[in-house]
Amino acid sequence: MITNVTAKTSSKTSAKTTAHARVDLLFQLFWAFLRIGPVTFGGGYAMIPMIEREITVKRKWMSEAEMDDILSLAGSAPGGVGVNAAAFIGYRLGGVFGAIAAIAGITTPTFIIVCLLSSVYSQLADQPKVDAAMKGIHGAVIALILVAAYRMAKNAIFDKTTAATAMVVLVVLLVTGINPIYVIAFGLLIGFVYLQVKQLLGLQVRTEKECLDYSDEESKYPEYYI
Amino acid sequence: MIWNLLMTFMKIGFLSFGGGYAIIPMIQHEAMTGGWLSEMEFQEVVSIAGMATGPVATNSATLIGYRVAGIEGAMASTLGMVLPSFILIIIISIFFYRVRDSKWIKTLFYGLRPVITGLIAYAAIRFGFMGKEHAFLTWQTLGTLIIVFASLYGLIKNKLHPLTIIVASGFLGVAFF
Repeated sequence: MITNVTAKTSSKTSAKTTAHARVDLLFQLFWAFLRIGPVTFGGGYAMIPMIEREITVKRKWMSEAEMDDILSLAGSAPGGVGVNAAAFIGYRLGGVFGAIAAIAGITTPTFIIVCLLSSVYSQLADQPKVDAAMKGIHGAVIALILVAAYRMAKNAIFDKTTAATAMVVLVVLLVTGINPIYVIAFGLLIGFVYLQVKQLLGLQVRTEKECLDYSDEESKYPEYYI
Repeated sequence: MIWNLLMTFMKIGFLSFGGGYAIIPMIQHEAMTGGWLSEMEFQEVVSIAGMATGPVATNSATLIGYRVAGIEGAMASTLGMVLPSFILIIIISIFFYRVRDSKWIKTLFYGLRPVITGLIAYAAIRFGFMGKEHAFLTWQTLGTLIIVFASLYGLIKNKLHPLTIIVASGFLGVAFF
């Protein structure tokens, strides 16, 4: 009887400590990603080294090999690579609530900064100096987009099929003004069509650029330079 | 309106392959057909989004939500962009482990990457040359072109950080215009 009671209480305390440990883990996940958010200007690509350092080196939550797998998955899935990586790591460590905590952590600071910037800008928009600065920044953003296109092209375009696809997409978008969502949906299918056609014609198929140069982060995550 | 923002950005979120500037044309299309913003206002939004931390696509969504329906709108739009990531990542975690190495995914990206390249190029052209009320060759176009080339040089040759480029271009803008 007595032993039974002790067993009961000890299982109760252990349930309590595990619940406590869970909450603690969720808070730590939130905090780890909260710290990454506000320092990563430039979005996805800038976040990757920060996330790696925080998770594998500082907190030792995962091995580097596991981290590499997660990052390449996060890079392939739709959405920002930073948010995806946070969701993956959060889910792996703390289940659905872990994923929510990590996403909330990485999104909150940016959200606040964006809202503040927006209200500051709307206060100042009438000032001629601010207007002039915005025109200058407009030029910078054009350059950033061009660089993003160039880097993407470097990895995406390596044969006639891929070059033609990119050209056709650009022309169709410019001429028809079709909803770009359809273009992406078409992109999801076209690879399989090419593969079938090329196999029917008995052509050699290569689905990736030969000897991808993974020496620098930029070409390792081509989709997420910005 | 809030519901509308949430659903629109969720739709975009599920198909936001390619990150960042590949998503901008999709957001622009929705924002303009929805009558939320004009072309010029949209360009302002993207410029501000580039100045903030974090991904430019999510930032743009937040900004549009904020303009259209205040803080609740910003929350709905941000949630709409993030929710698909959350759902898809959990599905991927449960069902596949090494997706990257699968032949399916390689084939998928074989077709998708060039399409994304076309989309980003379109974003650059649209952002650069449309929505201008002036004639093509003006002092302003010239100034913008100088800034574009200087920024390209800084980004590619000197590997400057995007934020450095944005701040420097802001100052150049004050000097030029």
